[in-house]
Amino acid sequence: MTATSIVSKLSDNQVLSPKAKDMVNNITRMAVIPLLGILGFLLLWSAAAQNIDTSLGKFPGPAAVWEQFGSLYEEHTTERGKEAAFYERQEKRNAARMEKDPDYVPKIRAYTGKETFLDQIATSLVTVMSGFLVAAAMAIPLGIAVGLSKTLNSAINPIVQIFKPVSPLAWLPLVTMVVSALYVSPDPMVSKSFLNSMITVTLCCLWPMVINTSVGVASIDSDLVNVSRVLRLPAMTHVRKIVLPASIPMIFTGMRLSLGVAWMVLIAAEMLAQNPGLGKFVWDEFQNGSSNSLARIMAAVLVIGFIGFLLDRGMLQLQRYVSWDKSSADR
Amino acid sequence: MSVLLDISHIDMVFPTPKGPFTALSDVSLKIKKGEFVSLIGHSGCGKSTVLNVVAGLYQATNGGVLLNDKEVTEPGPERAVVFQNHSLLPWLTAYQNVELAVDQVFGKNKSKAEKKEWIEHNLQLVHMDHAMYKRPDEISGGMKQRVGIARALAMQPEILLMDEPFGALDALTRAHMQDSLMEIQAELNNTVIMITHDVDEAVLLSDRIVMMTNGPAATVGEILDINLERPRDRLALAEDAEYTHLRSEVLKFLYEKQRKVEPMTQKKATATANESKSEAA
Repeated sequence: MTATSIVSKLSDNQVLSPKAKDMVNNITRMAVIPLLGILGFLLLWSAAAQNIDTSLGKFPGPAAVWEQFGSLYEEHTTERGKEAAFYERQEKRNAARMEKDPDYVPKIRAYTGKETFLDQIATSLVTVMSGFLVAAAMAIPLGIAVGLSKTLNSAINPIVQIFKPVSPLAWLPLVTMVVSALYVSPDPMVSKSFLNSMITVTLCCLWPMVINTSVGVASIDSDLVNVSRVLRLPAMTHVRKIVLPASIPMIFTGMRLSLGVAWMVLIAAEMLAQNPGLGKFVWDEFQNGSSNSLARIMAAVLVIGFIGFLLDRGMLQLQRYVSWDKSSADR
Repeated sequence: MSVLLDISHIDMVFPTPKGPFTALSDVSLKIKKGEFVSLIGHSGCGKSTVLNVVAGLYQATNGGVLLNDKEVTEPGPERAVVFQNHSLLPWLTAYQNVELAVDQVFGKNKSKAEKKEWIEHNLQLVHMDHAMYKRPDEISGGMKQRVGIARALAMQPEILLMDEPFGALDALTRAHMQDSLMEIQAELNNTVIMITHDVDEAVLLSDRIVMMTNGPAATVGEILDINLERPRDRLALAEDAEYTHLRSEVLKFLYEKQRKVEPMTQKKATATANESKSEAA
């Protein structure tokens, strides 16, 4: 007997009060059906996987991928263990030399082991968020200015329209060259590869945010603008008290759009430029070509999807928290 | 009493893609302090345009508006506007909406406590003190309009401009609001210009009714003095001969002298004129 039939039997049961019936229906809709969907997908996947033979062996099914999740985590803990051991050895060595020669200045070297799957996830997340925040810091003020001034809009619009359809990956070579030419410092705060990835993300986040913010600002109810005029609100107060709150829903639409695109673009950029992150992990596994590689890539694919989902949900929660217009956050 | 507001020979011409459209032509009106004046006319006749010129939201093409002998060139809180669609900021509570106005008008002249008292006083005046901390989407249309009136009153304007303030409300709520407005008027004796297309509302509330001719090139047709005793009671007035006479005067003007015959082509012309107006706004 399947779960739904049990549930429907339960809800058919006259003993249940209408309220309990409602609850059962809700549980069915919210949990049971999605679970069934996932189950169906897993079955299809494993059936299909068995019939695909690649040069790296059979296409990984759910079980193989699950196994790789385990071993990826194991590798991570082993690597951390090695790192801890390395620092312990280094400390002991330094302490021993200090005892012999008090003038000795201890050298501390950083551990240079390979980055684990979890490290790559962290790198990608930090990169996407920094690129996104930099873009927001530029795009939202610009979008407000463009939305308020028709002149500025006419000046900027053609540029935005030309750059908007450009895949940020096309920028990547240019960004790489410019960063390596201009970002020269003996003690760099962040690595060049991080900067390349981040700027690429920023470039792709910029346009949707500028456009949505400016449209939001330009479409403010003229009555609200008149209220501000009658009150003679100074320009900055007008922006703060009227323009910004009124366009918050549109600003968030732009932010959610661009964060989604940014996450996709980042993975591709990391693959292409060999910058650390999930994209590089995927590419390295592909180049590695062991019998486990495909399963490990599939694990990465699932993680990428899940993180993308979480990022979007996170923005939605933030919007619910910040915006006065709760209905627009439900879309 | 002296003249507070002098609308002097204003013309209003809107540029449209089909050439200039003359909405108002030579509108003149003098309003005394404490007077309640209604502007009535068919829709599209330019009533709102007159109000917007007085508010300073539009600039008259010719002529001008004097308030206390000073020319009006821009909007300002001394000419507070009650908009038709309440125009409350939806992200602020009733209290905060009024507060925005009070902060702006009395910024440095009132202490924090005084401001709070003044905001609450104005919300009490419109009987909204029970829902001060509700947001516009949590209260009814009539309540929103009450808050809109409280916001305008809180600016302590020289003249209160009301643009079909009760036009969007149902008949019962509207009657309620009219009674409230009369109550407030008895207490504060503000100078008011109100746009309306409701004959009963105009006769009930006004000291004078300014009837406007049909556009394009609308102007003041007739002015009717309403000398009914105050306080006025709508039930008693319903059978009052003077009231019935005044009411029929307005009706005669609107439906005999300024009867609106609209061939299809003219309708289109006014429609484009309205569009261009909203663009200009």
